[in-house]
Amino acid sequence: MAEITLNALAHSYSENPSKAEDYAIREMSHVWEQGGAFALLGPSGCGKSTLLNIISGLLEPSDGEVLFDGKRVNELKPEERNIAQVFQFPVVYDTMTVFDNLAFPLRNIGVPEHKVTSKVHEVAEILELSDQLKRKAKGLSADQKQKVSMGRGLVRDDVSAILFDEPLTVIDPQLKWKLRRKLKQIHEQFNITMVYVTHDQLEASTFADKIAVMYNGQIVQFGTPRELFENPAHTFVGYFIGSPGMNFFDAHLTPDSQGNPRLMFGDLQISIRDDVLLALKNMDAAKVTLGIRPEFVHVWDGKNDDAYQVEVDYVEDLGTYKILSFLFNGQMMKARLSEDQKVPSGQVFVSFPEQWTKVYVNEYLVDPNGPMSVTVDQEVEHAN
Amino acid sequence: MQTKVENNKAWFLVLPVFIIVAFSAIIPLMTVVNYSVQDIFDQNTSYFVGAEWFKQVMLDSRLHDALIRQFLFSLTILLIEIPLGIGVALMMPTKGKSASLCLILVAIPLLIPWNVVGTIWQIFGREDIGLFGAFMSTIGVDYNYASDPFDAWATVVLMDVWHWTPLVALLCYSGLRAIPEVYYQAARIDQASRWAVFRYIQLPKLTNVLIIGVLLRFMDSFMIYTEPFVLTGGGPGSSTTFLSQALVQQAIGQFDLGPAAAFSLVYFLIILLVCWVFYTTIMNMQKDK
Amino acid sequence: MTQSSTTHDSKPSAAKYGTAETIQAPVYSHAERKARNATRRSRLGMVLYLVLLLLPIYWLLNMSFKTNTEILSGLSFFPENFTLENYAKIFGDPTWYMGYINSTLYVVMNMVISLLVALPAAYAFSRYRFVGDKHMFFWLLSNRMAPPAVFLLPFFQLYSSVGLFDTHIAVALAHCLFNVPLAVWILEGFMSGVPREIDETAYIDGYSFPKFFVRIFIPLIRSGIGVTAFFCFMFSWVELLLARTLTSVEAKPIAAIMTRTVSASGMDWGLLAAAGVLTIIPGMLVIYFVRNHVAKGFALGRV
Repeated sequence: MAEITLNALAHSYSENPSKAEDYAIREMSHVWEQGGAFALLGPSGCGKSTLLNIISGLLEPSDGEVLFDGKRVNELKPEERNIAQVFQFPVVYDTMTVFDNLAFPLRNIGVPEHKVTSKVHEVAEILELSDQLKRKAKGLSADQKQKVSMGRGLVRDDVSAILFDEPLTVIDPQLKWKLRRKLKQIHEQFNITMVYVTHDQLEASTFADKIAVMYNGQIVQFGTPRELFENPAHTFVGYFIGSPGMNFFDAHLTPDSQGNPRLMFGDLQISIRDDVLLALKNMDAAKVTLGIRPEFVHVWDGKNDDAYQVEVDYVEDLGTYKILSFLFNGQMMKARLSEDQKVPSGQVFVSFPEQWTKVYVNEYLVDPNGPMSVTVDQEVEHAN
Repeated sequence: MQTKVENNKAWFLVLPVFIIVAFSAIIPLMTVVNYSVQDIFDQNTSYFVGAEWFKQVMLDSRLHDALIRQFLFSLTILLIEIPLGIGVALMMPTKGKSASLCLILVAIPLLIPWNVVGTIWQIFGREDIGLFGAFMSTIGVDYNYASDPFDAWATVVLMDVWHWTPLVALLCYSGLRAIPEVYYQAARIDQASRWAVFRYIQLPKLTNVLIIGVLLRFMDSFMIYTEPFVLTGGGPGSSTTFLSQALVQQAIGQFDLGPAAAFSLVYFLIILLVCWVFYTTIMNMQKDK
Repeated sequence: MTQSSTTHDSKPSAAKYGTAETIQAPVYSHAERKARNATRRSRLGMVLYLVLLLLPIYWLLNMSFKTNTEILSGLSFFPENFTLENYAKIFGDPTWYMGYINSTLYVVMNMVISLLVALPAAYAFSRYRFVGDKHMFFWLLSNRMAPPAVFLLPFFQLYSSVGLFDTHIAVALAHCLFNVPLAVWILEGFMSGVPREIDETAYIDGYSFPKFFVRIFIPLIRSGIGVTAFFCFMFSWVELLLARTLTSVEAKPIAAIMTRTVSASGMDWGLLAAAGVLTIIPGMLVIYFVRNHVAKGFALGRV
């Protein structure tokens, strides 16, 4: 059981990294608290597997420290870190039985045989592998194999964390759900720190209490699924989380006739929260990006003078809801329509509630007072 | 296997192979069978003698000796080459320029004509001009492969080990390369010892290539002719006269065509039989697992 | 007035480059030391093995640059009177260098024949079931087990009777006895690794079998073909017994010509060594070309 701290960590696969692109992990600091269930979410090639291998010790970081409960473990090999790792493709020792597979890590450290037996049976019970114990691991199905490799991590009492590297990739869809629930159950039962790498936001949010979104070798946001949805700290989070992703458009800051700052999208003024506007003005930012989730774009049923008139491009019916695509000042954007909402055509009026219009400078969120306190339900009611 | 399509027209694709191999295998083999049951005086005079030559061959003590020597030799080189080959494969670097350099260097002995292999060792083992022979006499070992039967035998074994361990090593090396990196990573996390990694990850994955390796080495060592012929000529005495050599002596040296043909067939059958027994045993062992 | 707490600099900071220099001497743990020692041991072992492996060959090379007097006068690791005389003798005498040409000719012929007949057959074995397929396959492989000594005499008679004795094609055909089965076997391994769906897609796209085979399938198993050619070369190049028996003058292989170094005045060791060195070179050239596929190739496509 351990708290895992990454301190100014960076890693490059090339020997003499000179530019930012040479780094698979760019300098980052991060803490995984003891006992949490975490997901590390990101597209392929963002460095998440690298990060996982650095934590487990399969890779040595080029810079920075990895700390387990405050103790530096950089120099410790994986076998000394008491970490369990479940890989993308199930790793079982083919020639051994399931029992021997599960007993393997224990026997390697010289645990007495009677203890091995009881521990293996206990873990097999939890993983529902009890009736498979005498079988050769070779003949197992992919999900059973994956359970065995997970079980090898669970048998050890000293395991400080279990790391999962996209463990459900090769599992059939209907079994994925079962196995994920099993994982969750194991987490509750053992209270072990678990880090789960995936590129699937649904998988991440069902498994984890907190998700770290990784992009270009950095963790761009760490928060609950709801935080990631409501308040993306980086444009990538907005784009990657949610379906469809956030709408983005570029804007610029210009003073009006009185010299007060305004945010303009082409010739249209976009209203945002005053404190954000003030913060923005002080930052002297060149490139400003605005983002709003399709869920929060307000589509009016009739004409409204405070809203923008936009042109409907098409409406996609996704069963329980519809996605409206429209052209806003030449920019394609999407809005989510609830089931009972009237389907507009031709011209329609939309507005962007200030609360949900996020402002990004250099891709990062401008956030004057930290995480927002208003919840989504209240806001949706308010908007309606 | 199940997904293969039933199609007898595929025979047309196999036909060229069949014709060419039949030409160089079936016709000569028929000749051999024909000879083996006849007593041949000259081109036009021959008598049918039935199984007479086979009886003679089976009872010939020279051939018994050659057969025993042959088995002893094949067994010895297998016992040395297989573990040594695995060891070399495990030591070979896995990445980069040094890996391909090692591969090329290790493969060199395999590409040397067999009589040149014999020549190399003929020179290398001589006391007057060869490094190995000179080295042996420097450290005080009375070594002479041309006159001492044991030295001759040991030199042939050494030569074969030198010549063919690379094949086993390269087979194993390719087997090892086929093991995904995650297996090693998982083993490290499971705190497996070096031995456990070998025993439970590497060795199981090597089984297939090792079967090929053992079969190839058994077959080829059972047919060995050129290298000992150049090195020792089968002597001193007949200490390094293996089956092929005995056969050639009989067929060409003494021109005993009938007995030589019978001998050929027996020889061929022994190889087939041993290979078949070996192969089925291994396959059954694998199935039982 | 700052950005959120997850502020990052998208470029690596200057400080990071500073730390690279000032990193402390790493403290290695017990396990790491053990791992490092193991790597060092295996590197050492490998070097030792390579030295032992190459020493006899080096000795041959060393000797080929010496005169016979120097060879017989004592051991030395480097030629004192470096001479190319032995090589000059080989390249200046057609009976010598024709041996190399003869060997190369029949080896190339054998390679081409083996590949041409083995390619369709291997495809048949890897894709179809047909009457007697298993027996055929085993029979083919059993020819690989046939000792050349067994076929010596019948081959001699067979090729003499059809007038092929002492021709390159005779040796090439004789070597097909073991190379064709091997080629079928290796190619079958590589072909089985190609998904059958590719064939089906091609047929659906309207390819005829020959067009599909040449345009799509052969490029797919390029490395397999390279490896097969390598093995055919190897086994044909190194074989002497059959090659010597089936030739006398016109197609005599270099390996057989080497026996000429025994003359009335005793062994011409320097010449023998030079001739031996020259037989090793073609093999090294060939393996250099397939070096990227050797690892896979030596498993004969069956890992």
